[in-house]
Formats: sequence, C-alpha cells, structure tokens
Amino acid sequence: MSGTGIGASVRRTEDLRFVRGAGKYTDDMNLLGQTYAYILRSPHAHATINSIDTSAASQGDGVVAVFTAEDMAAIGGIPCGWQVHSKDGSPMHEPKHPVLAEGKVRHTGDPVAVVIAESRSQARDAAESIEVDYGVLPAVVDMNDAVTADSTSVHDDVGTNICYDWALGDPEVVDEAFSNAAHVASLDLVNNRLIPNAIEPRCAIGDFDQATGQYTLHTTSQNPHVIRLLMGAFVLGVPEHKLRVHAPDVGGGFGSKIFHYAEEIIVTWAAAQLNRPVKWTADRSESFISDAHGRDHVTKVELALDEDGKFLALRESTLANMGAYLSTFAPCIPTYLHGTLLAGQYATPVIYCEVKAVFTNTVPVDAYRGAGRPEATYLLERIVQVAADQLGMDPAEIRRRNFIQPDQFPYQTPVALVYDTGDYDASLSKALDSADYAGFAARKASSKAAGKLRGIGISSYIEACGIAPSNVVGSLGARAGLYEAATIRVNPTGSVSVLTGSHSHGQGHETTFAQVVSEKLGIDFDSIEIVHGDTDKIPFGMGTYGSRSIAVGGTAIVNALDKIIAKGKKIAAHLLEASEADIEFEDGQFVVPGTDKAKAFGEVALTAYVPHQYPLEELEPGLEETAFYDPKNFTFPAGTYVCEVEVDPETGVVDIASFHATDDFGTIINPMIVEGQVHGGLVQGIGQALLEAACYDDNGQLLSGSYMDYTMPRAADVPSFSVDTTVTECEHNPLGVKGCGEAGAIGSPPAVINAILNALAEVGVTELDMPATPHRVWQAIRSAQAS
Amino acid sequence: MTVAISMTINGQSVSADVDARTLLVDFLRVNQRLTGTHVGCDTSQCGACVVHVNGKSVKSCTMLAAQASDAEVTTIEGVANGGELHPMQAAFRDNHGLQCGFCTPGVIMSALDLVSVNSDPSEQEIREWLEGNLCRCTGYHNIVKSIQAGARAMREA
Repeated sequence: MSGTGIGASVRRTEDLRFVRGAGKYTDDMNLLGQTYAYILRSPHAHATINSIDTSAASQGDGVVAVFTAEDMAAIGGIPCGWQVHSKDGSPMHEPKHPVLAEGKVRHTGDPVAVVIAESRSQARDAAESIEVDYGVLPAVVDMNDAVTADSTSVHDDVGTNICYDWALGDPEVVDEAFSNAAHVASLDLVNNRLIPNAIEPRCAIGDFDQATGQYTLHTTSQNPHVIRLLMGAFVLGVPEHKLRVHAPDVGGGFGSKIFHYAEEIIVTWAAAQLNRPVKWTADRSESFISDAHGRDHVTKVELALDEDGKFLALRESTLANMGAYLSTFAPCIPTYLHGTLLAGQYATPVIYCEVKAVFTNTVPVDAYRGAGRPEATYLLERIVQVAADQLGMDPAEIRRRNFIQPDQFPYQTPVALVYDTGDYDASLSKALDSADYAGFAARKASSKAAGKLRGIGISSYIEACGIAPSNVVGSLGARAGLYEAATIRVNPTGSVSVLTGSHSHGQGHETTFAQVVSEKLGIDFDSIEIVHGDTDKIPFGMGTYGSRSIAVGGTAIVNALDKIIAKGKKIAAHLLEASEADIEFEDGQFVVPGTDKAKAFGEVALTAYVPHQYPLEELEPGLEETAFYDPKNFTFPAGTYVCEVEVDPETGVVDIASFHATDDFGTIINPMIVEGQVHGGLVQGIGQALLEAACYDDNGQLLSGSYMDYTMPRAADVPSFSVDTTVTECEHNPLGVKGCGEAGAIGSPPAVINAILNALAEVGVTELDMPATPHRVWQAIRSAQAS
Repeated sequence: MTVAISMTINGQSVSADVDARTLLVDFLRVNQRLTGTHVGCDTSQCGACVVHVNGKSVKSCTMLAAQASDAEVTTIEGVANGGELHPMQAAFRDNHGLQCGFCTPGVIMSALDLVSVNSDPSEQEIREWLEGNLCRCTGYHNIVKSIQAGARAMREA
C-alpha cells in the first residue's frame, strides 16, 4: 500500500469536487421557504442606544420580521470558553456579550437589529429605514490610554479596561539574573493587529422543525460540536439531541471560524420564531467588522546575557487587546498559548512574563493562525537578533550557543512546558545550507553595486500543537476538554467510513486521514471515506485549530483502528480455527504466521455482519469502534527560517529575494499537503511582516475595512519558497506526528523583519515595526539619515 | 424594475425575468444554482467570482446580469469535458494548487484566460496576471506551478 499509505504525496480526494466548482459551501445551500437576514450594525465605536424605531422597516417590501435585543431577552449572552485568573488570584472580568446590543454599542460593527425578509436585497433595503438614536461616547482605542486610571470604561459594570493582569514565572529570580548580567538587550515592539480573511465569508442558515422541535444550524465552522455545546447549553437552552450543527465545505478558517458568533444564534433562534429557515451571509465589509481579529500586542522585552552570549534570563511585559467583548478562546491566547512559548528553542534558565488583557472599543480579538505563538516567536527572535548585533555575534552562532541540545530531552522549560524531542541545530544547519548563508556577503556586495541594500534574517521558532491534556488545561481555565473522537465503521463489504471530530477546511483531511487508514488496514485508499463536520453523523469532536488534527484527531483514528484490528483478530481466529494469540494482521490479511492460514480483511468484515460462522456467545456482531484520545502533552514542531531581502533605499520597497524554510514536523503523512501548509503559513506571516494591518482611527472607525484598504498578499507580492524538513518523531503519539498548520505563520515574521533590519543597518536604521510598508521603510531610512 | 434577459451559459440557452439590479454572479448562483462561482468580497478585489463572458475573464460581481444578455457565459461548471477534468483542472489537483477550494474556480477561470493570450507564461507573468485573484491558503506557490503545468498540458494537447 505504499502508493497511498503514510509518506506518499497522494493527490487530494476533495479536489475532485473543488476544481469543478462542485464543493458544497454553506452559502451554496438553499432551503425550501428560506428567508434572508440582514444585520444592522453600529456605525459608532462606543455609544448609548437611546431608542430604536423599527416601525418603518417592519412595513418594508418582503419583510417578515425585525428583531432587536428586546425580542431576544429570554436567551443568554455569548459565552467565553476560557477563564484566566490574574496574578492576585482573582478571576478575569467577564462582562456580558449580548447577541444584539443591549442599550449600548461597543465597537463599529456591533449588531444592533436584524431584518428578515423574503430576499436579501429586501432585508437590506428595509434595514436602511431603521432609526437608531445613538448617544455617541468617547471611544477607547489605544491600549496605553485604555489602561490609565481616568480612561472611559468599555464596560460600565466592570469599571476598568483591564480584563486580567496575568503573570508567569518568578519576577524576583528573573530580576536578580538581570542585575548580574554582563549585557542586557531590550526592545519595544508592536505585534500588529490582523484580520484573518478566509476567502469564504462567514455564513449561517438556521432551520427549525416545529413537528419535532429539532433545530439545525448550517454554518461556516471549524468545530461544529463546540458550537452545538456553546449555543445549545449556554445561549438557547436546547439539548444536544434537538440541535444539529452542520459545517459542510468551509472555505478557509485560520482560527476565525472557531468562535461562536452572534449570527449563528440569530438565525437559529429566528428560524424557530418564524418557523422558516433563515439565511445570513456576510458581505466582506461585514467580515472586517464582525470576524474576530488577531494579534495586537504592545510589548517590552528584555534579554539578559553573559559575556559569551549565553542567555541568562528573559523578561516580557505585554498589553494584549481583547477588543470590546471576550471572544470564545480570547483569554488563553496571550497567556497559555504565548507566555509558555517564551523559552523558544533556547535553554534560557529563568523567564518572567506579564500580560495585561485590555478591553477596547474594537472588534473582539481571538486566535488567528498561530495564536499567541507568533507573538512569542516574534519578540524572542527579534530580541535574539538585537542581542547578537549588540554583542557583534553571528546570529546563527548566538542561536547555536543557546539551543537546547538533543541529549537534554525531555526538557522542562522554565515556562511550564516539557518538550519531548527536537534537534534544533539540524534544522538551523539545513536551512543555512539551503540559503547559502556563507555566500551572503558576495550577494550583498552585488546588490550594493546595483544601489540596493541586501539583508539576511534568521528565525528559529518553536510551536506547541494539540493543546492538552484536558485535566491540565482545565486547571488553567479551559471550560472544555481538548481530546478528539473518531469512529471507524467497517461496512459489511469491507469499505470503511471514518467519522472524525476534526474538521477539514482546506487541510485535506479527506486524503491524509484516509492514508493513515489505508496504511493501517492495508486496504484500498478508494474504499475509505472520511466523514466530518456534522453533529448528527459524528459521535463527538472538538474540531480543528492549533494544528491539532493529525496529532490528536489522527491518533483517535489510529486508536479506533487498533480496536478494529483487535476485534478482527477474534473473528479471524474463529474462522481459521486458531488461537486469537496466534493471529497477526499484515497487509490487509489476518494470518497465522508460518502457515497458509489467512483471511482477508473484507472476509472478516462480512463475517462480522453476516455472523453465521461466528463466536456469538463471546463476541457481538458488527465491526465499528470509537476512540476518544486525550493527549499526554502538546507536540512541539520547530524549525529555522532564513529570509533574504533586497531593499530599494529610494522607494523603501522590500523585495524578498529568497526564503528557505526547514521544519521538523515529526512523521509526515503527505509531503505534498505539508509543503502546501507551509507555503500558506509563510505568506500569512510575510503578509503580517510587510503588508497587513488593521488600522483604527481615534474614533474607533476601522480604516482598513475592505480589500481596497487592507493589504492582502497577492501573487506578485511574494516569492516561491524553498521548503525542507528534518525529522524527530513525537514520542507520545503512535504516528510520531507533530502538526504543520501554523508553523509558517509563526516563524516567518521575525525572519523577514530581521532581514530588513540587517539590510538597513548600513544606513543606520535600528528600529522598525510591522508591517514594513515602503512608506514606513522609506521614513525609517530618512529619519536615520537625518539624525 | 424587471428586465428580460437571455444568454448562453455553459452551452445552454437560458432566459429569465430578473430585477434590473441583479448582478451576474447572483443570477448564476441564485437563479441558475450554479454555485461553483463564489463571492468572496464586495469590492471587486478577490476574484472568486471570475467567469468567462464571450471568452474573456470577468468578475461576475462587477457586471449586471442584464449586461451579459445575449452573451456566451462559461462558468467553472462548464470547463470539464463531462467526467474528464480539463487539463488546467487536473494540473491544479496534481500540483496541490488549492486547499480550501473557495478561490479555486475563479483562479482557474483567470488562468484559462491567461493561457488563451499567452500559451507559455513565465512565473512572473502568472503572478502579475493573478493581480485580481486572492488566495489565503496556498501562498500562491503551487498555484503558479499549477498554471505552468496546465499551460504545458494545453500546449501539448
């Protein structure tokens, strides 16, 4: 089965429909009798709602209903899935997040009213005649202003804009290490706010069956079971067996489709009120002001070193934007997915990190590809570069000198995590060879001859995938478990249906998971189907985020397969009149080694469903097994990225001359898909470094609210990539896999900025924030020259 | 205001009375249930809605259905030859030129128009041609490879 098993670049099953335009995305669905919802959103960042007059809108052509918060008074607010505690032990502030604004709006785009009509344009037309009397209030936009004592409060009932004040590590020990250090490097930086921008806008269709009381939500989600749990239990009060959540083909997520959104509640609730299906599809302009944003940290970081460039201590202080309300997983992103990553690949003995989470009158901020880990990697790889420059050390050498060594694993970091495996120098060396690091000086000289500034930058990242185990994350504030479930249903004629709680929205699970099954069962790839995205079909699932699908979901599949094989051995033993202990399963056959006794997998499957010759007194018929897998630990992909840039000093334009990535993802199931994941992540990271920024003005208006203002990376903005791997296998899952979805976005921003600063060093530029737009680079060059 | 329109879509004659403000993309998706053409933005930037009108790629979100009256329209559903993928579609699959698949129909329709005017495009020519197509998944690397492979297969066909 080597052609379709583990390690083969099998062409993707899902592409057969996607390249024909035959995918089935949520907005492609239309239900009989469907109505259309249009959501009226706040044009103000912060205002009281003095009154709402919907009378004219209710009379609009085709209007079925108009709802405001008053109509939804009986249902709950949107819940938050993670409770962080401040360093003084107090729980975070958790103000209510109403589905429709209650008396006050807190960000531009906050939903105020919903119009439901026979057509989308009728709903939109009618919404224009809703009269809302707003009392505009000062907007809290800048985080530094938000945390001052006299700042306006985003939430009156909280009284402060500091959601929590969290810390990790022992500040006194770290301070002492700093006071004894030969050298201290320090850096103030901004991790720019981003908008995820999956190309498929969010969509939700609610449906209700009055005869059975059954609700259905079709939605663009990365985790339909999580949405069912949150909406059913905490918002609508509908039990699981009366609520189906279905997420069909989903056009990209990158985190933004993890979260439970108001629109999902509105359409589901309204469908029951009206006894008709209700469909809502976001305009892109709406996506910009209603999808959760990402990043948005303001940070001070310091690194203490001895005279040989060995790291002695790291200290970080960050303000992390939460936006106006707490999105589903927002509180854990700058804490447990950020502070815990600050050791990076280095044996830094002591680390202290403090994070204040801040409410502002902006769109909620939550996980976006990488989620906390890009912010950790960025500050760490930037400060390492600063230290190398200040000490006159080669940036590769300072990293090597501080790497955790292969013989130190398992390695307990000072920030809670235990790394299981890794070989950081192997990735660094391979990336440097690939990039011809030794030849850089010659390339720089030829750029200089052409009037260009050339620079090279390194980033050695680590990330943590498959957040777990559940009891640990529970103790840290998670309000859910973080296992995954899988059912293997062997059908009577030997085909296999895999019901997985992981959700595929571009990752290619229908192919990768089938490869795992093909390898383990030795059966034809084409006889395997992967079923996902429907709470009515899948036993349970926590979904796809944090690069967890293969490490957690894949392991659940393997564990269920092991149960199938174990039961198959019992059936085969009966058929072959052999002892169960003598049966082995090899290449799709149950065999008694050393004899010619064998039963094909398909024969055993048929026997399980037609149990004429079967040990019925000892064994149930059928061949279907379920496994829930709760990992013992995270997995820790790591690698090194080397970026080379050429900067035009006359225009400030940065051209990426080459980009070399070497990643250690452990075992790789499908190299073609893994390379694709890296490419995509790299461009999202390069987009953050060079192009993308969510910009608010002082009134809380989003200035970058469309593709004309928010610079998405286009094909001509980025290069082709050189992508390579090294392998150390994960030691605590059976496949040895680590996860690859986020690495590119985590590792690339500091590689790009380090390269630009390396290029600009000769003209005296030492500081530059993302995105390094031509304007910003040009200004940095001019102000360096002026001073 | 309602207008009567007729056009040929993927070789089939179609007539309908539509609201005059109906965009071509909505006519295709809602009226004709040809949901392979997607909508990813509202400012004519993303290119998920690209179709061919009289053989040229256009953003169907930026054209009224009435403007396409009497035209020959080809959507992604009209590209394959029955059960057999078009060489460009096959090239996207062979080169992993898509992930979530949402931008893919528009990218393939753009690529086919490129190859119609330049049968052997360079990497740079492809990247510049794709100015009107956004992809958030692939980083474009494999889209470029796919289009080059698709163009090669079309030349050799």
